[in-house]
Amino acid sequence: MKHSKKPYKLRRMGIVKIHQISLKTTLENTSKRRKTVPIYQNILNKMKKLFFILSVTLFWSCSDNNEPTILDEQNSVLSIEFDPIAGDESLWMGRKYQTKGQDYSVTELKFFVSNIKLTNDKGEAYVLPQDSSYFLINPEKDKFAKFKVPQGNYTHLQFILGVDSLRSTSPLENRTGALSLNPENDAASMYWSWNSGYIFFKMEGESSLAPSGKYRYHIGGFGGYSSPTLNNIKTINIDLKKAGVAQVRKDLKSNIHLFLDVSKVFENVSIKENSTVMMMPFSTVIAKNFENMFTHDHTENFVK
Amino acid sequence: MKYFWWILILFLGACESHEPQVLNSAAHFPESVYDLSQLNSKEIELGKKLFFDPILSRDNSISCASCHIPSMAFTHHGHDVSHGIDDLLGKRNTLPLFNLAWYKNFFWDGGVFHLNLTPIAAITNEVEMDETIPNVITKLRKDSEYPKLFKKTYGTDLIIDQEFLGALAQYLASLQSTNSKYDQVIKGKATFTEDEAKGYALFQKNCSSCHQEPTFRSEGFFNTGLPIGYYDDLGRYDVTALEEDKYKFRVPSLRNLSYTKPYMHDGRYKTLERVLQHYRNGMVDYPNLDPAFKNTKLGIDLNDKETEQILLFLNTLNDPSFIDNVQK
Repeated sequence: MKHSKKPYKLRRMGIVKIHQISLKTTLENTSKRRKTVPIYQNILNKMKKLFFILSVTLFWSCSDNNEPTILDEQNSVLSIEFDPIAGDESLWMGRKYQTKGQDYSVTELKFFVSNIKLTNDKGEAYVLPQDSSYFLINPEKDKFAKFKVPQGNYTHLQFILGVDSLRSTSPLENRTGALSLNPENDAASMYWSWNSGYIFFKMEGESSLAPSGKYRYHIGGFGGYSSPTLNNIKTINIDLKKAGVAQVRKDLKSNIHLFLDVSKVFENVSIKENSTVMMMPFSTVIAKNFENMFTHDHTENFVK
Repeated sequence: MKYFWWILILFLGACESHEPQVLNSAAHFPESVYDLSQLNSKEIELGKKLFFDPILSRDNSISCASCHIPSMAFTHHGHDVSHGIDDLLGKRNTLPLFNLAWYKNFFWDGGVFHLNLTPIAAITNEVEMDETIPNVITKLRKDSEYPKLFKKTYGTDLIIDQEFLGALAQYLASLQSTNSKYDQVIKGKATFTEDEAKGYALFQKNCSSCHQEPTFRSEGFFNTGLPIGYYDDLGRYDVTALEEDKYKFRVPSLRNLSYTKPYMHDGRYKTLERVLQHYRNGMVDYPNLDPAFKNTKLGIDLNDKETEQILLFLNTLNDPSFIDNVQK
């Protein structure tokens, strides 16, 4: 594992800024530089200016979808690893654990992760193109959400646990990839036919406290289409600085290793009283626990 | 007499430079299994370069250091089991690398009995580096740098297996962690706090039959009543095929625990508190459960205060100077 000591210069072209850059400021900067720098720098500045104008024009001509500009070189693979644990132990499916006097096992665990956004150490944010930002994570099969990002040192990660309301109410042709009901995917097992919408977080297992011996938590609710209903969409924010910034480099991989503590799902939840929680007011209590479920353990960088 | 000092200097210059073979701080350690007087900086340097070189893996992506990370006392930070080539998972927790010169056998099941042979296991394991030794040596022979380095170190034109494995073994043997607070106390240079001292006494009473000072480990394999895990790992049985060895594992060293979590052979426990909870009231009975644990209640009888004191004592076994040195 290499630990590069050289400071890495971020090419300004490679990142889409959230706020609009004023055209005038950029021109002023390059004209100032023209006076004092050598010829190659001058040509570079002209090219930068040209590229900027091109990218802004293209950006304006795009549809509402958050499409990457031609300058977004997403040449590095970044993955988020969702590693389930049960309190202070590894989580093994089917095994009994204890938390605060309640016993439970986990026999099924699946959840949607979407709208992933990464912020680098310059405060610039890279938002995954929305169409490809939906992942259905089933840690038992595959713990990773993998995608490509521009190079940079990312200090902050943000994602939604669930499916946002816009996508939840969009036509079927916009439900592609992880959201599709095709046989290649598993989204059909995470979908409410009787109250159109996705199940954001599904966790099932056994507990001696549950009247039927089983607990089932299917948490969804995007806020409603024609009238307001429950909104359990949660935005998760992870500060990467403490346990390891994601130092993403061209043609190398980085992995942000998160722990997902399932014991937190039961905070303020009595398995005896609430063994089946689906589309009902109590679901908000469980959804409130989502934010505390995730901890960032470490990041692996410079992986070939 | 006039020339005495000049002759002395000549003599000294003619000698080969040897590193201090056993670190001065390890004077209170017993005699090592491996002859540390053979340690020399040339071989160690070559071994270290190989340790960090992913050329040892099939697709040149995984090095020894991918799982044995120096800043984590050479364990795989945070991972219960490690992932190797193609992100494939193993079934055991990566063991730390220090004080290996005092070990008679290696790995959780003791299946390898010589330090020089240990790299073969990781290099050829299909979920770790998935390479063969002949192939690695071929790659090293074709490399632009290694033939020169091997020639400089060993004086031979052709890289051979003894040299390749020998250099790695030299680097491994050079990793010594002997300078924790506990070591300072033993040498009379520091004192425990009251709670640490109480923890030490409890440790000696309850734990040190297996976790023997000063390495805090011992040879031998034991069943410590862990509930059968996800991998149903039979441990020592895989090596000996003896019925009484099922679910027995080696005694790992308790040094540097703050760097090596998670714990146990499959990394199932994320905190030391959870480990002690296992010893106090989490044990499961087996026919070959170690007799030390078969009391009125399975396990070790400790109350909360005593547990806290033992944890404080275990904290004195951490050696930050080792962690600093290995990152240089």
